[in-house]
Amino acid sequence: MKVGVVVFPGSNCDADCYRAVESFGVDVRYIWYQDHSLGECDLVVLPGGFSYGDYLRAGAIARFAPIMDEVAVFARAGGLVLGICNGFQVLLECGLLPGAMLPNAVLRFRCESVHLRVESTLSPFTCLCRPGQVLAMPIAHGWGNYYADDATLDELERRGQVVFRYVNEQGVPTSGSNPNGSCRSIAGITNERGNVLGMMPHPERACEAVLGGIDGRWVFASAFEFLSGGVALGRMHLAGDGARH
Amino acid sequence: MQFKARVRVTLKESILDPQGSAVKRALHGMSHDNVLDVRIGKHIELTLTADGPESARRQVQEIAEKLLANPVIERFSFELSEAGGEER
Repeated sequence: MKVGVVVFPGSNCDADCYRAVESFGVDVRYIWYQDHSLGECDLVVLPGGFSYGDYLRAGAIARFAPIMDEVAVFARAGGLVLGICNGFQVLLECGLLPGAMLPNAVLRFRCESVHLRVESTLSPFTCLCRPGQVLAMPIAHGWGNYYADDATLDELERRGQVVFRYVNEQGVPTSGSNPNGSCRSIAGITNERGNVLGMMPHPERACEAVLGGIDGRWVFASAFEFLSGGVALGRMHLAGDGARH
Repeated sequence: MQFKARVRVTLKESILDPQGSAVKRALHGMSHDNVLDVRIGKHIELTLTADGPESARRQVQEIAEKLLANPVIERFSFELSEAGGEER
């Protein structure tokens, strides 16, 4: 099993992602944004940060980096792609995920720990979780206000593409538990097929107890479980249509 | 020929604009109570060479659609003018 962490100019969570993956004993390497090949890869991580200084819109310029053509081909073939924070923004900008990000409704950069509820365990990234499980993870963003029109949001909900929602400690979504004004408290979504996940919270920053929590390990552990074939494919979105796993 | 395009990118009407709301609140604090709404957008100027206004227009349209505006949340419009043949 091999994981690639894409490095854009301005990425700043690439080393965190590398270390998190490494802590599972999984092969990991960096992929430079100007490369024209992903090499051998089972999971591609687009890390957090401020690619191109967030100029124009967060993720707007990174999506035209040469490596993103390869990421799109990989994703369309069913390869697992995990976009975290700025990585999520890039996935939205390039159209691999629906919707867009707006500045936080509070107009402040939010850097704090939040609670997430697992809304779908059909995703490769949550296949080890219990439905409704509450996970604690940090956020750190100024542009995390997820927006899509109502028709798109209804589709996302209907198809189980909403994977994480901001909730309070008791697992209830409230206005106070929504840190950025995201539509329907959405914190993470997948594409229709389920192989591409974008999420604003940082699982890679919650993989060691010394960092304050290990709930982020659920995301990586699920992906690795899925990739190693440990999860019955019948449960997954990816079943059928030639998906790689 | 050299052209200048002035591109305006604005949030769609349906999208809340927290920056605009903050500015509106500040204006009300400055006793401009009659300001009913504030919306903040971007103004982008491109200087480009092209064979003629039509090809320049097509190219600016493509640039705005692909990069300058995000069609999920934004609209754009632009004006094109010949840049007076100034050489730089």
